[in-house]
Amino acid sequence: MERQKETTTPVRPRLGIFKFTSCDGCQLSILNLEDDLLTLGQVLDISYFPEASSDMRAGPYDIALVEGSITTPEDTHRILSVREQAKVLITIGACATAGGIQALRNWADVEAFKRVVYPNPQYIESLTASTPISEHVRVDFELWGCPIDRGQLLRLLTDLSAGVQSRLPSHPVCVDCKRRGIVCVMVAKGIPCLGPVTRTGCGAICPGMGRDCYGCFGPAEGSVLGPGVPPNTASLAKQFHHGLQLIPVEVLRRFRGINGSVKPFREESQVWERLGRDE
Amino acid sequence: MAEEKHKARTIAINTIARVEGEGALRVTVTDGLVQDVELRIFEPPRFFEAFLQGRHYDEVTDIVARICGICPVAYQMSAVHALEQIFGVEVTGSLRDLRRLIYCGEWIESHALHVYMLQAPDFLGYDSGIAMAKDHADMVTRGLRLKKAGNAIMTLLGGRSVHPVSVKVGGFSRVPRRRELEGLKDELLWARDAAVATVRWVAGFEYPDFLPDSLFVALRASGEYPFNEGQIVSSNGLQISATEFERHFAEQQVSYSNALHCTLHGSPYLVGPLARLNFNHDHLSPLARQILAGTGLTLPLRNPFHGIIARSVEILYALEESLRLIELYDPPPSPSVAVVVRPGSGTACTEAPRGILYHRYRVDADGIIREAKIVPPTSQNQGRIEQDLRLFMPRLLNLPDKEAALACERVIRCYDPCISCATHFLRLEIERE
Ligand code: SF4
Ligand code: SF4
Repeated sequence: MERQKETTTPVRPRLGIFKFTSCDGCQLSILNLEDDLLTLGQVLDISYFPEASSDMRAGPYDIALVEGSITTPEDTHRILSVREQAKVLITIGACATAGGIQALRNWADVEAFKRVVYPNPQYIESLTASTPISEHVRVDFELWGCPIDRGQLLRLLTDLSAGVQSRLPSHPVCVDCKRRGIVCVMVAKGIPCLGPVTRTGCGAICPGMGRDCYGCFGPAEGSVLGPGVPPNTASLAKQFHHGLQLIPVEVLRRFRGINGSVKPFREESQVWERLGRDE
Repeated sequence: MAEEKHKARTIAINTIARVEGEGALRVTVTDGLVQDVELRIFEPPRFFEAFLQGRHYDEVTDIVARICGICPVAYQMSAVHALEQIFGVEVTGSLRDLRRLIYCGEWIESHALHVYMLQAPDFLGYDSGIAMAKDHADMVTRGLRLKKAGNAIMTLLGGRSVHPVSVKVGGFSRVPRRRELEGLKDELLWARDAAVATVRWVAGFEYPDFLPDSLFVALRASGEYPFNEGQIVSSNGLQISATEFERHFAEQQVSYSNALHCTLHGSPYLVGPLARLNFNHDHLSPLARQILAGTGLTLPLRNPFHGIIARSVEILYALEESLRLIELYDPPPSPSVAVVVRPGSGTACTEAPRGILYHRYRVDADGIIREAKIVPPTSQNQGRIEQDLRLFMPRLLNLPDKEAALACERVIRCYDPCISCATHFLRLEIERE
C-alpha cells in the first residue's frame, strides 16, 4: 500500500493566468522566470495561460493570476467569472492592482480621448475609468510593480504552494537605497524622487541607475507607524515645491503616474491640482 | 475549443471576443469561396497618444515603455529620437552604440521568446514551449538561455528588461563601465553558438509552400543593419525619411478591430524581420551571412512562414553586433548630452522586433507634449495578415473547423503580432453559406 501511494503523482495545483487591459509586461515577467519557468510548469498545472499556450482548460483554478485593469464593459463581466473559478485570486502589477497607467484617463474626457486616437470613436467601447480588480471582486493578494518583480512572484507562489501566508515587505524604496549604499539622487542631484513614498520590491533600480524613482511599485506603507498607514506624501510634495522649486503642476505630474489612481498618490496629486488652479 | 467555438456562434461575437481579451478571426465562405476575412483585435484601447498630451518630454520614455512589455526599448528609442530631432540634439559615438546595444538585447529577448516558446511549438506539434520541454528539453532550455542573454544586456544597460529605466532624451541616466560590459561576454559567446544552432534547427522545419506577393517595408541605413536610423524603403521603390511617413502611410479604422490598419498608398504591406532581412542582408555580419547561406534559401524570402528563420538570423546578428559593440566600447565622458528645450515637431522611425515603429511629437516652449502620434508594427502588419489568410484559406476549406483554425493561427503567428493583440489565441468562425 505504502509503495503505491508513492508512485501516484500528486495532484498539482491548477494555475490560470488572465489578462485584462495591460501591456503584457507582467506576464512576460512570468516567462522571464526562465530557469524556474520549466520547474513552475512541473510544480503547478498551468491550465490557462493564453499568452504562452494554446492549451486552454476551463476552471476551477487553485490560483488565478490577473494582469491588467478593467476598462471595458465586457471586462466587468469577465472578472466575475474569473473570480468564481478561482480559489485564490492574485493581482499582478500596477494595472491590476491600481488601474495602471491607463488610469490617467480617469482625470480626462474619454470621449475626447477616443476622438484623438480613432477617426470613428463610436466603434470603440471603453469605460470612462480604468479601475483595479479589487474594485470589482474580492482579491486575495496584490503584487505591486510595473512590472512585478520576478523574485516576489516566485516567493508568493512558493509560499502559496507550501500553504504559508505570504508577507512581502512594504517599506519605502528609500530604505533599499540606504542598504545598497546608493547616493541619494534628491540630495545629491536635486531631482524629485518618489523613493521615500514608494513601496519596495524593485531593489531601488532607478536611483541605482542615477535617476529618480517614479513610483512604479505604488505607495509604500508603514514607515514608523506600521503596515496599512499611508506614506507621507504631503511632506515629500512640499519638499518638491519649496526645496526643489517645482511648480504645483509639476508636483501633480510626479504623483499622477504609473500608480496615479491609488489613494495616497491620487489625493496628493489632487491637492496640487487645486493649488495650481488657485495660483 | 469546440465548445468555445460553439459559444462564439451563439453569442454576439463582439462580446465573446472581448471576453477573451485577445484577437478573433472571422472568415465568411460562400459556395466554397472566401468572401471576408476579418482579423479582430480586441485589445482595449489604452489612449497613450491622448494622455501623452500635457506631459513633460522627459516623462515620455517611462510612459511609452508601458505600451508594450515585450518591446519597451523600441518605444523608448523611437520617442527619444523624435524628441531629439525637435531639440536639435545629436547622440553619437559610444552613446549611440549603447542604444544599438540595448536594442540588440531587446531583439534577442523578443525573438528568442517567439522562436522557441511561441512559434516552434507550431512546427513540432505542441501547445506551448512548456509542453514542448517534455520531449525537447534541450531545445527549450537553449531558447530560454538565449532569451536570458538578451535580458542580461537590457538589465545591465536599462536596470531591468521589462520597462528599462535609464533611457532618456540625450542618452542614458547611467552608462556601464567597461568591466561590466565585459562581464556579459562569456554568455554572449555561448549565445552566439546557440544562435547558429538555432538557425540550422529552424531551417530544418517543414514549411508550407506559400509565396504570396508581398510589399515589404523596412529601414535601410548606410553601412549598418538598421536599428534606430535609416530611410524607410519599400519593395516597390519607396525611399523616404521618417518625416515623410504620414504622406505615404495612412491609418484607417475598421469597424471590427481596435487596432488601426495602416496602408502604404492604400496597399497592405509587411514589416518585420523578413522585410528587414530582405533589404539589409548585405549588412549582416560575415558569420550571420554565412549561416544564412548555409540554409540554402535564396533571398528575397517571400514565404511568411520563413519569418522564424529571419528572426533566428537576426538573433545571431544581434549577438555578433553586441559582441562587436562591447569590444569597441569606450565609456563616454558623460552619460547624456545636454538638452536645450525648444518648441517644434519631430518624427522618428526605428526597427522594433516586429517591424518599423513610427512616432511623431509636437512640443511647446516649456517642453510639454502637445501632440503625439504612434504607429506600431502590428497595426501595419494587420492588413497583410488578412491578405495572407485570404490567400491561404482556400487550401484549408476542406479541413474540419478545428484544424482550419489551427492553420490560420499559424499564419498569424508568423508575424509575431504583438502579444497583447492577437498572438496566441484565435477564435475562428467560418460561416459557410
Ligand atoms: S503593471 Fe506595468 S508591466 Fe504590468 S501589465 Fe501593467 S503596464 Fe504592463
Ligand atoms: S525605483 Fe521606483 S520607479 Fe524605479 S523601478 Fe523601483 S519602484 Fe519603480
